[in-house]
Amino acid sequence: MGKTLAEKILTQKSAGDACAGDIIISRVDLAFVQDTTGPLTVRQFQAGKFKRLANPKKTALFFDHAAPSPNRQLSNDHQLLRQFAQDTGCLKYDVGSGVCHQVVAEALAKPGDVVIGADSHTVTAGALGSFATGMGSSDVAIVFALGKTWLRVPESIKINIRGKLRPGVSAKDLVLQLIGAIGADGATYKALEFGDSGLANLTMSDRFTVANMAVEAGAKVGLFPSDSITEAYLKAQGRGKDFQPLSADKDASYEKEINIDLGRLEPMVAKPHQVDNVATAKELKGTRIQQVFIGTCTNGRLEDLAVAANIVKGKKRHPDTRLVVAPASPKVLLGAIAAGYIKALVEAGAVILPPGCGACLGLHQGVLADGESCLSTANRNFKGRMGNPEAFIYLGSPATAAASAIAGEITDPREVR
Amino acid sequence: MLKGRAFKFGDNTSTDHITPGRLAHLRSNLPELAKHVLEDADPTFASRVKKGDFVVAGSNFGLGSSREHAPLVIKMAGVSAVLAKSVARIFFRNAINLGLPVLICDTDGINDGDTLEVDLAGGTVNDVTNGQQLTFGKLPEVMLKILGEGGLLPYIQKHGDFKL
Ligand code: SF4
Repeated sequence: MGKTLAEKILTQKSAGDACAGDIIISRVDLAFVQDTTGPLTVRQFQAGKFKRLANPKKTALFFDHAAPSPNRQLSNDHQLLRQFAQDTGCLKYDVGSGVCHQVVAEALAKPGDVVIGADSHTVTAGALGSFATGMGSSDVAIVFALGKTWLRVPESIKINIRGKLRPGVSAKDLVLQLIGAIGADGATYKALEFGDSGLANLTMSDRFTVANMAVEAGAKVGLFPSDSITEAYLKAQGRGKDFQPLSADKDASYEKEINIDLGRLEPMVAKPHQVDNVATAKELKGTRIQQVFIGTCTNGRLEDLAVAANIVKGKKRHPDTRLVVAPASPKVLLGAIAAGYIKALVEAGAVILPPGCGACLGLHQGVLADGESCLSTANRNFKGRMGNPEAFIYLGSPATAAASAIAGEITDPREVR
Repeated sequence: MLKGRAFKFGDNTSTDHITPGRLAHLRSNLPELAKHVLEDADPTFASRVKKGDFVVAGSNFGLGSSREHAPLVIKMAGVSAVLAKSVARIFFRNAINLGLPVLICDTDGINDGDTLEVDLAGGTVNDVTNGQQLTFGKLPEVMLKILGEGGLLPYIQKHGDFKL
């Protein structure tokens, strides 16, 4: 019988024939941690008395969650990671290098890889056809040491994408709609595999947004086939040689199939405090917003800043609504400067944060006050996520975020001219 | 046989409820971090929980981040097992890797404050307070082996590799 994408990749990386439900030992092509999971990984590695990394050049440390560090404790954690990089010769992406998942996408992951990161949004690289999934610090410490891990080959849920997005509607709306439909545990332990004719209408940036949020439905991985759009992206990153075409077999077997027509989607918003608590932006009109945050591994790419800049250009943010923007990587920041997006955003009243996670996880840079509401382009709106359990987080697309920053309330982006 | 009180939590208790990002600066100071365990779900939990007690949750416990600090601070607080209708994937793996048992069972009949007896080998939960008996699903073989050695690190130290 034919294989799903997940089965295909894991068959290549393990000794035998990987079928859904099997427990396998898989080789790992890239293992990484970030600055809030890395210190525990380093300590577990040391507690295991390991001296050497299995693959120093396939091991990476990212300094993105606290970048630059807001306090001495996190500075000391950074120091620990820098020392580890020096001792082991692994790759180090220090403060200012951007969000791990964006850098992994731009520079490291490739189709057919198995990527293991100590961060749940490691699934982002599934957009490139990498079997990419998050694990905790102990698991990643063992990957660092042995270059492999155990995995249960997941059953796959096929998401058939057809049609084309209408103006003002984006990949974020697609994934919010999907999670709203299947629920925050609708794909637990499963692979989401995206396919069908509508993929031709989803850019790599769109695919990263969708794969990134696969974990918000509980999925182990969100996989896209590797096609001509993947190839063009890798070429643009100077990594044409990393391309290989990859797709599921036609007769692969799926646990279930879900059909989505891109042309019928509306701008969507996830309401506090659950990602699957979705409504249309239109339904939430009138909801006052004290902060808008545009950035993160979900929507901090150049395409996202372009959408936002085009909406706010020549306008001013609402006087009661702060606008905080964090480009996901230096490459994005430089691109946004060159294209004039940063100018348009700053002139509209935005504050630009350094490339990194910024306000996303509530560690610094844009913590909300009691009772405040934020419209964020991130992937999570759990209570307390942005640093204050007394605050409220709504999730939406960059277009919805930019339109809401101008209006001071949640706004369907198709209503601003 | 494990014995302790049940601390009841609802559905979708996330890693942000258990150990939020705003406390990231305490992740290298675990005793301090553990004082805040589950703070955003129940601010009184950390001060009331005693050694041997159980976290009893609804569905999808531990969704969200990969932070292993979440099961770690639950274990450090003295909790001997997590009982839930379902758990998120990464939390599940992390808990087992740290030697914290996760028992999947129908927790609806367990009330906050009930005294529970858990037979890990036998797969049963006895709610001493209301007399109800529950069984929980068997862990996958690989997780049983890891849990049997007290966690992933001791497992790898003993076997030198994955021996599945
Ligand atoms: S941007 Fe947010 S979700 Fe993405 S890695 Fe950083 S903290 Fe996590």
